[in-house]
Amino acid sequence: MAENDHPPPLDELEKRLAAARDIQADRERGKGSGLAAEGKSYGLAIRLAIEMVSTLAVGVFLGWVLDRWLDSGPWLLIVGFFLGAAAGSLNVYRVSQTMIREPGDGETG
Amino acid sequence: MSTEAHSPLSQFEVHTLVPIQIGSVDASFTNAAVFMVAAAASVLLFLSLGMAKRAMVPGRWQSLVELSYEFIANLVRDNVGKEGRRFFPFVFALFMFILFCNAIALVPYTFTVTSHIIVTFAFAAVVFVLVTLVGLFKHGLHFFSLFLPKGVPIALAPLLVPIEIISYLARPVSLALRLFANLTAGHTMLKVFGGFVVMLGLAGVAPLLVIVVLYGLETLIAFLQAYVFTILTCIYLNDALHLH
Repeated sequence: MAENDHPPPLDELEKRLAAARDIQADRERGKGSGLAAEGKSYGLAIRLAIEMVSTLAVGVFLGWVLDRWLDSGPWLLIVGFFLGAAAGSLNVYRVSQTMIREPGDGETG
Repeated sequence: MSTEAHSPLSQFEVHTLVPIQIGSVDASFTNAAVFMVAAAASVLLFLSLGMAKRAMVPGRWQSLVELSYEFIANLVRDNVGKEGRRFFPFVFALFMFILFCNAIALVPYTFTVTSHIIVTFAFAAVVFVLVTLVGLFKHGLHFFSLFLPKGVPIALAPLLVPIEIISYLARPVSLALRLFANLTAGHTMLKVFGGFVVMLGLAGVAPLLVIVVLYGLETLIAFLQAYVFTILTCIYLNDALHLH
C-alpha cells in the first residue's frame, strides 16, 4: 500500500506468472493423451470394478452372516446377493457421475 | 538364491524377525513392522528436519514440507469445509504415512507394507469408525437419515434402506481393496517383467524398457493412491458432518 513509488514490479510479476501458468496448463493438457491418460483411465476402470465387487461382497457376506445367525438357510444370502448387486450398481453410478462432472479436475495424473 | 525366491509373490511374504509372544497373541516384530517404523520415522525426519531452519524464504526441502502441508490443508478445506480443520492432523498423518509406505516400497529389496490387505483394511476401518462416530456425535440419531435418500416414497424404504446400508458398509472395503489391489498388482507386475529380463538374456532389453515405463507408472500410483485414500476420507467426513 505504502509502496506507491514503484508498484509495477509486482503487477508485472503477477502478469508474467499468469502467462507462465497458462503455458504450463496447456502443456499438461497436451500431455494428457500419452501414458498419463492411459494410467488414468486404467485407474478409473479399476476404481469402478473395485467399487462393484466390494459392494457385492459386502452384501453377500452380510446375508451369509445373517443366515448363520438366524439359521434361515440360503435365503438371506440370496437376498444379500441381489441387494449387494443393486448397491454395487448404485455406487458405480455415483462414482461415474462424479467422474462426468469433473473430467479434467481431480487426479493429477 | 533358493528357488522360491523367484516367485513374483515372494516379495510379499512376512518374515518374523524378533519373535514376541504376549499371552496368546503373536506380536512378533516382522519385516512389515520394520518398514512401517521406517515409514513413520522418515515422515518424522522429513517434517522436523525440513522445518528445522524455519526460514522466511524456504529452501527446497522446507518448501517441500510446506507444499505437502498446504496440499492437505487445501484438500481438507475444499472437501470438508471449515469444520474439517479439526480433522486436519488425522488426515495429514494418514496421507503422509501411506505416501511414505508407498514411496519406500519403490526402492528395490524393500517390503511393500500397503500390499497387505490387513494393513490397508486397518487404515480403512479407522477411517470408517471415526467417520461414523463423528456423524453420530454431531447429528445423533438423525445421522441414520443418511440411509434414506431425500424425496424417496416411504413404500420404497424397505428396499432402499438395506441397499444404502450395504453401500455404506462397503466403503471401508472398497477403500482398503483399492490401495491393496493397486500396490500388489503394480509390484507383482514389476517382478514378473524383471523375471522376463533374466529369462530372455540379450533380448531382455525390451522388458527392461517396459520396467522403466512401469516404474514411472508405479511412482505415479504410489502418490495417486495415497491421494485417493485421503480425498475419499475427506469426502466421507464431509458426508458425516453435513448430511446430504
